[in-house]
Amino acid sequence: MRLTDLAPGQHARVTAVHSSEHLAHRLAALGFRTGKPLQIVRHGALSGPLQVRLGTTDVILRRSEAAQIEVLPVPEEIPAA
Amino acid sequence: MKRIALIGMPNTGKSTLFNRLTGASARVGNWPGITVDLMTAKILVGAHMAELVDLPGIYDLHGYSDDEAVVRQFLETTPTDLVLLIVNTVQIERQMTLALQVRALGLPCMLLLNMADEARKLGITVDTEKLSAALAMPVALISAKYGEGQPAALKKIGQALDVPREAGTAKLDALLTPEQIERETAQALHQAVHVPARLPEHLSDKLDRVVLHPAFGLPLFFLCMLLLFQAVFLLGTPLQGAMTWLFDQAKTLVVEPVVSPLPQFVQGFLIDGLWSGLSTVAAFVPLIVLFFLFMAVVEDSGYLSRAAFLTDALMSRLGLDGRSFVMILMGFGCNVPAIMGTRVMRSRPHRLLSMLVIPLSLCSARLQVFLFLIAAMFSPHNAPWVLFSLYLMSFVTAILTALIFKKRYHSTEPFVIELPPYRMPTPMQIWLRGWQEVRHFLHRATKMIIIGVVCVWILTHVPFNAVPAGPDTLAGMLGRLLQPLLAPIGIDVKLTVALMFGFIAKEIVIGAFAVIYGMQGDTLAAHMATQMDWTQAVSFMLFTLIYTPCVSTIAAIRSESKSAKFTLLSVAWPLVLAWMVSFVFYQSARHLLGQ
Repeated sequence: MRLTDLAPGQHARVTAVHSSEHLAHRLAALGFRTGKPLQIVRHGALSGPLQVRLGTTDVILRRSEAAQIEVLPVPEEIPAA
Repeated sequence: MKRIALIGMPNTGKSTLFNRLTGASARVGNWPGITVDLMTAKILVGAHMAELVDLPGIYDLHGYSDDEAVVRQFLETTPTDLVLLIVNTVQIERQMTLALQVRALGLPCMLLLNMADEARKLGITVDTEKLSAALAMPVALISAKYGEGQPAALKKIGQALDVPREAGTAKLDALLTPEQIERETAQALHQAVHVPARLPEHLSDKLDRVVLHPAFGLPLFFLCMLLLFQAVFLLGTPLQGAMTWLFDQAKTLVVEPVVSPLPQFVQGFLIDGLWSGLSTVAAFVPLIVLFFLFMAVVEDSGYLSRAAFLTDALMSRLGLDGRSFVMILMGFGCNVPAIMGTRVMRSRPHRLLSMLVIPLSLCSARLQVFLFLIAAMFSPHNAPWVLFSLYLMSFVTAILTALIFKKRYHSTEPFVIELPPYRMPTPMQIWLRGWQEVRHFLHRATKMIIIGVVCVWILTHVPFNAVPAGPDTLAGMLGRLLQPLLAPIGIDVKLTVALMFGFIAKEIVIGAFAVIYGMQGDTLAAHMATQMDWTQAVSFMLFTLIYTPCVSTIAAIRSESKSAKFTLLSVAWPLVLAWMVSFVFYQSARHLLGQ
């Protein structure tokens, strides 16, 4: 499942990031790393960006970029170790 | 003299700390081969004088983004005594990556954990001694915004500089792998940092439900921008008037008596050339201060990132992002601060594309010219429609320009940015920003603006025996030379000379009419109505709207882009576009009217 397939409010874990090296580094620096839990906060109107919460960081990213992130939905937020 | 490099991720309060440590003494430093402005200042730390350099915010050291490349280049080529890394304590887990990478540079480094106040509120605790031992570098907890922990941090910086050592450059070939970073982060944070499993709901979440609402978010944003815009110009216009009055008083009371013994043309050169150039520069000062006071609020509060979120759906199609939208809107007040404001965009192609688009915004100076001409040429019934069409044309040409040039200035920078929580900026932060920007403008733009004003004076006054701005001056000759090009768009020699004046500042066009036609006010308006028909008037206004940024805007573009070639394009493209738009309008209007 891709990050863009999640509904607002849904929790998930990152399973893979399929993007160019440049984008992958940026995503990793903002917290998109394999195994990390996240939550979709909201979708922007008119196919606008997504707001995603990773731990204590909120990130906004375009759908084209979010589509490159593979996730596995989980029922509830799992406390960070 | 020691050198300290300040680095950190975006939104960590790096510039706030820099400003706090250096006060108003910071200036833009020059570094060979670096295309962004780096602020530097000399500060006294312990027993050492040190030069503190504020490097751009970066996510890592791989060098993919423009800013990362700048930081790499700086660290590789500039001998540095200490790398001061600033981290948002709230996000310590994520930002530890950068700390580990910085440690691997082989330079002495120190970690500053900023936003201690916010971390405390969220129940995040850090044992700095344990963390310092785990990372093998000094660690200090601070709040750059409120100054908390600053003396202790400065003491530690001083101690780090006490170690006798040659300043070195960084080794960037051995960056850590993600696995190494993951493992070392876990080790370092394990005992020293505690983050509660469930964070309390932030006030930002509640605000965002309204501010980022799918239906109300955008209207609310426009309302905020409108208020901001009104505030800048409501306060700015009287201040600008006061500044002009001050310069006029100084001119009649001091400058004119002083230069009166000099020959006539030297007097003209000094007063109408140099002095009026200086007043042009001065008139921008209140606007720039106000604009950046408000910009600092918008930026530091976290609203600018929200604006980017709200407008991205529209702007991404134009090859721009939401932040450029704010600047383009501001350009409708005055292009100069809007151009300077593009610095918030961190990708150079984005910045350049925005700088190409902003001068097409119908600024308040052009509005004055249009109001005068529309009142002279059109009935009160038609007048609002003419003005509305001009605003519409301003948007159309801006969108057209973005679409045409978006391939050429294509940004590879991904639109993945942090959405910081709302923060209340301190008056100190806001004031410093306004002050720094004005100094920057005066430092960088004054020379070019004065040269521009003097050139126009020479054009319109040489030879000295001719009537100023008359047909026998250089400007008149140039106007006649350009007739084959400008007659097809309905612009005669006199209007051409007025356009040359408009290069200094668009509002001068009205003053230029007064000089050229030798009349003032209503008489001038009535006379102009007999000199041209409405198609000529509209064609002239379209041309004035688009033709070239004023000299102050060009100076700002030159200073921000640091490229003469780009500056040339930013003048040439609107000229071509203006001619095409006026040509299409004028010729088709003539044709349809059967003239």
